[in-house]
Amino acid sequence: MTVGTEQIAQTSGDGEGRKLGTAETIVTYIVILAGAVGLMFPFAWMLSTSLKPLDEVYSYPIIWIPSQIVFENYIEVFKKVPFARYLWNSFVLSVLGIIGNMAGSSLAAFSFARLRYPGRSFFFIMMLSTMMVPIWVTMVPTFVMFSRLGWLDTYLPILLPAYFAVPFFTFLMRQFFLSVPVEIEDSARIDGCSSFGVFFRILMPLSVPALATVAIFSFFFYWNDLLGPLIYLRSQLKFPVAMGIASFQTEQYANFALMMAAATMAVAPMLVVFFFTQRLFIQGVVITGVKG
Amino acid sequence: MIALPKTPRARREALEGYIFLLPWLLGFLLFTAGPLLASFYLGFTSYRGDRSWPDWIGFANFTKLFQDELFWQSLKVTVIYAVGFLPPGMALGFSIALLMNQRVKGVSIFRTIYYLPSVITGVAVAVLWGFVFHKEFGILNSVLEWFGVTPISWLFNSRWVMVAFIIMGLWGVGDGMIIYLAGLQGIPTELYEAASIDGARRMRRFWNVTIPMMSPTLFFVLVTALIKTFQIFTTAYIMTRGGPNYATYFFSVNIYNTTFVSLRFGYASALAWLLFVLIFLLTLLLFRSAKFWVFYAGEKEEAA
Repeated sequence: MTVGTEQIAQTSGDGEGRKLGTAETIVTYIVILAGAVGLMFPFAWMLSTSLKPLDEVYSYPIIWIPSQIVFENYIEVFKKVPFARYLWNSFVLSVLGIIGNMAGSSLAAFSFARLRYPGRSFFFIMMLSTMMVPIWVTMVPTFVMFSRLGWLDTYLPILLPAYFAVPFFTFLMRQFFLSVPVEIEDSARIDGCSSFGVFFRILMPLSVPALATVAIFSFFFYWNDLLGPLIYLRSQLKFPVAMGIASFQTEQYANFALMMAAATMAVAPMLVVFFFTQRLFIQGVVITGVKG
Repeated sequence: MIALPKTPRARREALEGYIFLLPWLLGFLLFTAGPLLASFYLGFTSYRGDRSWPDWIGFANFTKLFQDELFWQSLKVTVIYAVGFLPPGMALGFSIALLMNQRVKGVSIFRTIYYLPSVITGVAVAVLWGFVFHKEFGILNSVLEWFGVTPISWLFNSRWVMVAFIIMGLWGVGDGMIIYLAGLQGIPTELYEAASIDGARRMRRFWNVTIPMMSPTLFFVLVTALIKTFQIFTTAYIMTRGGPNYATYFFSVNIYNTTFVSLRFGYASALAWLLFVLIFLLTLLLFRSAKFWVFYAGEKEEAA
C-alpha cells in the first residue's frame, strides 16, 4: 500500500467516512485547538523571550508579551560567539551531506531495484538489518579509525558516510524506483542503452521528488546532528549551529534571552524548510514507514 | 541456490549491479560491519584509545559491568524512561491521528502543527525545554501555578526530572501520526459498512475493525519508537548532562562518557554491545508477541 501525499494531505472524513454532528464537531475543534495551542506554546515562548528587553525576561510573574520588541539579544549572540560562522558551517555541512546522500543512496537503490545479480536479496536483507544497529555500537572503532587517519577536527568523518549509501535513504530511493514502471526503461534498453544510461538519462530525471525527499531528510539530519560534531570537531570556528549552541549553553547557561535568540535562529531554517516541503516530507515518512 | 548468470547479457547486468552496489558495499564494510566486529573484539580488551595493540582481558569487562553501579543506574534510567514514555506516547500519538482523521475544516493546518514538534528537534529545542522547565522563569511552572501547584524544580530534582523528560517526549509524539494516518486511510470503508449492518456500534467498530486493521501499523511504530527510545542522547546531554545525581544517566550518556570522558574504549564497547543485544532481544520479543495481537489481513484470507 502506498498512500500519496495528495491523499494524506487532503482526505476527508474519518476512517468510517462518516460526517460528524454539530456537537461532535465543536468538541473535536476545542480538543484539537487546545492541543495545537499547547504544542506551539514553547515555540511562541522562545520567540517572545528572544525579543524581550532583558529585565522582562527575568520578571516575576512572567511577562508573556514583550512591552517593546528589541533585537539586542540577537545582536549580542553574534558579538559573544561566531554565530554567523556556525550558521555558515551548518549550511556547508548540510549541502555536502545532501549531495552525498542523494548520490550514494540512489546508486545503490538502483542496483537493488532494477538490476539482477547473484546475492542481491542477501545484500538487501543485510542492508535492512543494519538499520537496526545502534550508532553507539560502531562509534568507538569508527572514532579510532578516523582519528588514526588524522581526520579529527575535519568534516570528513561526519560527511563521508553519507557518500556510501546510508541504508535509510537507499531504502527510500529503492521504494521509489520500484514504483516507476519498468516499461519506460525497457524501450531504452532495446535501443542499446546501458544501465548507466538508463540510470542517468531516464530514472534520475524521474526521481526528482524522491531525491528532494532525501535532500530534506539529510538537511534535518545535518542541521540537528550533535553527536558527530561533538565527537569529531575541536575548534570553535568549525562548529555547526547545533554544536555551537551546545557550547554556548555551557557558558551562558542562565542567559535565557541570548539562548532563546540563538535557538530561534537555529530553528528558523528548519521551520522554513518544513513549511515549504511538507508534502515531500510526509511522502518520505509514508514510503519508508508503510509497506506491504 | 545462487546460480551464476549464464548469458552474456545477464553477466553484464550482474557486473553493472555490483558496480552500482559498490557505494553501499564499501560503506557497509567500512562504517558498519567492520566497526561492529571491531567493537565486539574491543569489548574483550582494556583498550584506552592509544596506539598500542589492545590487551585481551577475556570477560573481565562484562564481569565488571555487573558490579558497576553506574551501569545498573543507566540501564534503570533507560528502562524507566521507555516504560514511562512508550505506552502514553503510543496512545497519545494514535489518538491524535484519530482526531486528525476527522472531517473538520482546517484539519491539514492542524496536522502540520501536531507534526511540527517531532520534526523540529535537536539542541535548540533541548535548550528551549531547559528554559520551559526552569523553576522560576519557566512557563511550565507559571501555567501550573494557575492551578495552585507550587513551583517544581523540574531538572534539578531527581524525582521530577524523569517526568520532565517524558513530558518533553510526549510533545514530539506527532512522530507516528503520519504513519497512522496513512494506515487509517488504508482501511476499506466496506469493513465499517459491513460492521454497521451487523449492528456494531461505534465503540464496537473501533475495537473490532479499526484496532485490528491498524495493528500492523501500531506494531511498526512501536518497534521503531522502542529502538529510538533506547538511544536517547541529545536531550539528556544538553538539559541535564545525565544529572541530577545520575537520574537521567541514560545508557547512551553512559557510553558517551565512558568513551570520551574516561577514555575506557574497551569497556564502552562492551557497554555498547550490551545495548545492542538488549535492543535486539526486545525487538525479537516484540516480533514474537506480534502473532498474538497483530492482525495481517492477507494471512487470514489464505487460511479461510
